Amino acid sequence: MLSKRIIPCLDVRDGKTTKGIKFKGNVDIGDPVEMARFYYEEGADEIVFYDITASSDRRDIMIDVVNRVAEEIFIPFSVGGGIRTLEDMRRVLLAGAEKVSVNTAAVQNPDIIADGARAFGSQCIVLGMDVKKVPVSEKIPSGYEIVIHGGRTHMDIDALAWAKGAEDQGAGEICLNSIDADGSQQGYEMALTALICENVNIPVIASGGAGNINHLYDVLTRGKADAALVASIVHYGTYTIRQIKDELHTRGVKVRMLW
Amino acid sequence: MIAIIDYKAGNLKSVERALEELGFPCRITQRTEEISHCERIVFPGVGAAGKAMADLRQLGLDRVLKEAFEAQKPILGICLGAQIILERSEENKTLCLGIIRGEVKLFPHPLFSEEKERLKIPHMGWNGIHLRKKHPVMEGITPSDEFYFVHAYYPRPSSDKRVIGTTDYGIVFPSVIGHRNLIAMQFHPEKSGVAGLRILKNFCTWDGRHAE
Repeated sequence: MLSKRIIPCLDVRDGKTTKGIKFKGNVDIGDPVEMARFYYEEGADEIVFYDITASSDRRDIMIDVVNRVAEEIFIPFSVGGGIRTLEDMRRVLLAGAEKVSVNTAAVQNPDIIADGARAFGSQCIVLGMDVKKVPVSEKIPSGYEIVIHGGRTHMDIDALAWAKGAEDQGAGEICLNSIDADGSQQGYEMALTALICENVNIPVIASGGAGNINHLYDVLTRGKADAALVASIVHYGTYTIRQIKDELHTRGVKVRMLW
Repeated sequence: MIAIIDYKAGNLKSVERALEELGFPCRITQRTEEISHCERIVFPGVGAAGKAMADLRQLGLDRVLKEAFEAQKPILGICLGAQIILERSEENKTLCLGIIRGEVKLFPHPLFSEEKERLKIPHMGWNGIHLRKKHPVMEGITPSDEFYFVHAYYPRPSSDKRVIGTTDYGIVFPSVIGHRNLIAMQFHPEKSGVAGLRILKNFCTWDGRHAE
């Protein structure tokens, strides 16, 4: 049977990795290529790069990072952030990424999902969703709303309807990020994750909130997530990927073990 | 020299980089003459069977592959390249290369695990393989090794003799198949970490022979 995937997420700005806490106060923690190689050897199942470079004329730095990462690691990796057009997708995929993720661009132009899936195949297209808990309303029946700009802009789109719509459009996977939980280290947003996972037929990566292994266990079992994104808890050395997998394995979660 | 066949079907660079990492010279090519002169062939592919077969025929590569098979050249099929070597595919109702007898099937829907959990399609992520027989290319692979899969269709040879390994995802399906100097796998060895690199290395030194 399929293993649950553990996926380190590296935020990259101007070619350097950072880790934002609630999208504020980012600090540099290293070279993305070295870090990718390190996590690859440690047993990461996939790696997510999120390009937070502000100016578009510095985006070529990321293409160079992708090229170098592809020479170093032999597992799938995806790249998100700043991908707005089919041409952006093509460049990242040709540089060696397995998948591209679209988030804000999909909110502003939903056709990019279908266009990307047609051009490169559904397996390449990941929908990134930033979601915030809001009061249940006629427009937001699930009580979870799509937001952009790090949570500052509410889009009046229901998260569940958005996820299902993206699946119909041809998205191959969803990376579901709870803005409320992100950076809190208090655990993944369980109700949101289970809601989305139970209602779509494509894999869902849970993101935002991992602070200990218990949180990962919960989201991969009760939360029904297919994969879990980890950032701070591995970047700051709280746990190694191997410790996480050992513990999950002991508790009966199927994970890929390299040892 | 190893030819990585380029028929517009997906990203071939990852295969090239994996072979380079292992120190085997290779070339991404669609030139029939160049492929004919290579000592071995990697036949990758991502995408839909219908378009892949149309592109192969248009480039004259269907014939080149069959000739290479007859000439005893070691051939490695990956993902879509492990499907369209069969006779036909349910995907776009496609007539395929027919190097191995059998067909390519869509996973049944709905699909459930033994624990009665609904399984998603495509089958995407890391899964193990159960080797049914020994093969030089699978040397050193153990039951705990896992490989990266992304697919909604799977190969089903007519004869069990062509099945080298199987994988469990709601059903037990052939994930490694082979015949004579051809071996093919549904997963991506170039994206499957150390275990995948091991398979690629084995392939690059395989003489194309094994006891069937």
